[in-house]
Amino acid sequence: MKILIIGGGMGGTILGNNLARRLGPELRAGKARITMLSATDKHMYQPGLLYLAIGRTTPDALYRDQVSLLEPGIEFHVDPAEEFQLDNNKVKTKSGKTYDYDVLVIATGSRMAAEEVKGLAENAEFFYTEETALKMMRRLQEFQGGKVVVTVGVPHKCPMAPLEIIFMLHDYFKGRGMSDKVQLHYTYPINRVHSLENVAKWAGPEMERLGITTDTFFNIKEVDGAKKILRSEEGKDLPYDLLVAIPAHRGMDVIEKNGLGQRGWIPTNKTKLNMEGRANVFVIGDTTNIPISKAGSTAHFEAETLGENIAAMVKMGVGAPVRDYDGKVFCFIEAGLDRATYAMFDYQNPPDPKAPTRAMHWFKMAYNKLYWASARGLL
Amino acid sequence: MAEKRIIDGRGSFCPGPLMELIAVLKMCEIGDELEVLSNDKGSANDIPEWVRKVGHEYVSTREEAGVWHITVRKTK
Repeated sequence: MKILIIGGGMGGTILGNNLARRLGPELRAGKARITMLSATDKHMYQPGLLYLAIGRTTPDALYRDQVSLLEPGIEFHVDPAEEFQLDNNKVKTKSGKTYDYDVLVIATGSRMAAEEVKGLAENAEFFYTEETALKMMRRLQEFQGGKVVVTVGVPHKCPMAPLEIIFMLHDYFKGRGMSDKVQLHYTYPINRVHSLENVAKWAGPEMERLGITTDTFFNIKEVDGAKKILRSEEGKDLPYDLLVAIPAHRGMDVIEKNGLGQRGWIPTNKTKLNMEGRANVFVIGDTTNIPISKAGSTAHFEAETLGENIAAMVKMGVGAPVRDYDGKVFCFIEAGLDRATYAMFDYQNPPDPKAPTRAMHWFKMAYNKLYWASARGLL
Repeated sequence: MAEKRIIDGRGSFCPGPLMELIAVLKMCEIGDELEVLSNDKGSANDIPEWVRKVGHEYVSTREEAGVWHITVRKTK
């Protein structure tokens, strides 16, 4: 059975390693074959960009060679997919090669789309790429005081990022002795400060305690850079001196160009993880249209479920999955530069976040290193 | 031609039905109807409140077996 994985991010990498371990005998006997195609030979630990933006890590700490993370049984090629021929079980790549498959997994991820909002890309700081995170770090270092606005678009990668950056900025400016010179302001698209009600019940009062002001029901419409005004779809004009944005994201262009899903989100069964209408095409991570957090842990738990199901297909010849994805998500929440908490939830159970602790922060710091073991499928 | 879309927000704690609606609206044409399914009673208040505030049209809400069906129309 030929298994073709498109994408070498967290979801694709964990799935590939999971399958390679489960299918060792089949790979050695030539009964199974795992091929992974990626756009790059590097693997980035994306949550690390948050720390890069505030000067708490360096770019080199965020990367590993993709090959170093993969089990030996996986054939890896830097050759991004360009044409999906799903009716013929083939994928054509940038190099002109065509790959056949019996099972296809699409895990191409998402990207921020700041360019879709007038004035946003030119006037805001971001932390979703290495380049923008470094630019934000330099901007923070030069900032001498004023109103800092953190604003949030929908949908976005990492649901906790808005809270984490506002709390980390609070501690960052406090550490520089600038608390009296900086007014932090936070906007959120719905009528509370976070989508998870229990998280909002903690974060709202915490912001009030720290003197962080808020606007809810605030969806970014445009930015007037000349006047330094952020406008909302709801009709509010918000002045700023420094604007930090978590922009709306979209899936990769190759998905939309191939007609697999509007804005790059592929219609996906929320428990079976197959592309709607396709029994041998699966989708994991940000690329799905499942109404669930676009987060590394989502991709991680989806990949583990899918690994078990595809391995069962190879070993037992069954088409039916042996396990359903239950919607499990686990997110750390940095509550500043020295305290953290977490939220864990699934389709049936909401999270119940606890008060932040130093211990949880240090666990998160440890996880930033342990991630590489996680990507290898060891954790 | 206007379409009707269903957004199944049942079991979606994060981003949740309203955030999902805001995201899907970006992919719709003016005049399209969206029916949001939610098993969170709060959606029956939050979604109409936001829709009125932002200037889209709130159409209706009904509850069937613990699931709220909230319909809105994109107007701008």
